[in-house]
Amino acid sequence: MLSRLDIDILEILQQDARTPIHAIAAQCGVSQTEAAEAIARLENSGVILRYPAMINWDKVDRDSVEALIEVRVTPQRDEGFDVIAERIYRFEEVSSVYLMSGAYDLMVLVKGRTIKELALFVSEKLSTLEHVLSTATHFVLKKYKVDGVIVSGPSQDDRLQVSP
Amino acid sequence: MSARLAEHIACVPPSGIRKFFDIVSEMKDAISLGVGEPDFVTPWAYSDAAIYSMRAGHTHYTSNWGLIELRRAINEYQRERFGLEYQPENEILVTVGASEGIDLALRAIVNPGDEVLVPDPSYVSYAPGVRFSHGVCVPVPTRAENGFRVTAQDVKAHITPKTKAIILPYPNNPTGAVMPEGELRALAAVLRESGVIVISDEIYAELTYAGTHHSIAAIEGMRDNTIVLNGFSKAFAMTGWRMGWACAPKDIMESMFKIHQYTMLCAPTAGQYAALEALRSNAASGYADVQKMVRAYDRRRRFLVKALGDVGLSCFEPLGAFYAFPSIAGTGLSSDAFCEALLYDQKVAAVPGTAFGQGGEGHIRLSYATSLDKIEEAVRRMGRFLEKQKQQSGGD
Repeated sequence: MLSRLDIDILEILQQDARTPIHAIAAQCGVSQTEAAEAIARLENSGVILRYPAMINWDKVDRDSVEALIEVRVTPQRDEGFDVIAERIYRFEEVSSVYLMSGAYDLMVLVKGRTIKELALFVSEKLSTLEHVLSTATHFVLKKYKVDGVIVSGPSQDDRLQVSP
Repeated sequence: MSARLAEHIACVPPSGIRKFFDIVSEMKDAISLGVGEPDFVTPWAYSDAAIYSMRAGHTHYTSNWGLIELRRAINEYQRERFGLEYQPENEILVTVGASEGIDLALRAIVNPGDEVLVPDPSYVSYAPGVRFSHGVCVPVPTRAENGFRVTAQDVKAHITPKTKAIILPYPNNPTGAVMPEGELRALAAVLRESGVIVISDEIYAELTYAGTHHSIAAIEGMRDNTIVLNGFSKAFAMTGWRMGWACAPKDIMESMFKIHQYTMLCAPTAGQYAALEALRSNAASGYADVQKMVRAYDRRRRFLVKALGDVGLSCFEPLGAFYAFPSIAGTGLSSDAFCEALLYDQKVAAVPGTAFGQGGEGHIRLSYATSLDKIEEAVRRMGRFLEKQKQQSGGD
């Protein structure tokens, strides 16, 4: 069970993973030692997995393409979807895999340099896997919002600079 | 004074904030802790409800009172959050911001020469509002050592046969003070005895960081002597929509309604639909939007108060609204001189305490309704400014 402090820390780090420990402690009203201990606990228990940067690759001058692939599979006795999911998520091209409710089973997000590269991945690696029944590939054309962040940037602060 | 102008308006001095506003707007890379409104944009669902209402053709006047669904939702909201109950049909009025409510309340009850008690320091509009309604504003000083709460004794000492009303603005702008239930009860006892009407401005009610907000109208025997003002600006990040409400017992409301009916007709219709969505969606989500914003303010509040202490500015702990009100008396500068020097020297805008009444002398108002980065940088600059001040006065 996470404490109020834990939740505060998670919300702060989710907003900015580089928030220094003194600022986290001050915002939570605890000592730096207490804050550091709580963070270590969250890391060790696997609540915090990593501290990555959120990057807008569209602004980087190099080829990249992403696709979202709907995959239908035959679940295996005793193993369910887990084994086939693992066989998919082990591929380097795969950035995310989710088990879904609805018309298909696994949603697979893949990243590559070119459409051709991803097409080859789907036709040669993914659809040929045992137990994969079908795939439907959707290429990403433009990203508007990623993990709660609006890609075009936050709306400008147009408040009056001084107001009562 | 020009004979063209009404004396009771012309004699009211211009706002003490104006000067700073003019300087800051000309200044590049200034950081402003002088903003008195949320930095959150209105949650999209509320804006979307307003857009939908316009697409559906709801572009006409509403009832003078405001949409009945909205008044019912306001009643539900106040009952759930503050234990208040009013008749949506004739005791709740949808206003153009809580600001209109202040004007309506004062004009409805003040006769020429009547005295209105106003805790000092307080929001800038009360004293002018009293004068616009031909009343006399009587400041009741509040002090840092009392947490800027107005005490029952102080109020009692200022009541005269001419006292008609008291404005009770808690959580307080600019001090961040709140009135705990016990002190409200003591105050209520004094007010019940004297028959003074309370104008309770509860616009910051949701922004209460230790415990929950208590309304004086919820204390036994006070409802019929209290006008409650509130609105959507602060708790729901809707300042620009200008949506508020007033609640009062029938007889007082009848007079307030009369003024509203003839001067305002009704609050903007699209805004009423946005406000209705704000109340409905939060009632359904356990006030998720409100909680999210309150928690963000709370974290910045703790950060700012600690940071101020670290640079040597003592600050009583604000428990409401989104302001800290540290003392700058140790610098030997007046509030006004401090803010002006800070602005020119370090490009940090704060509002002098005196903009909110003489009781604000020796203090400055800092708003933490701004990003943590900006708060941190602003306090760092204030630290540099204080160092310089110290060296200068040491070198004299």
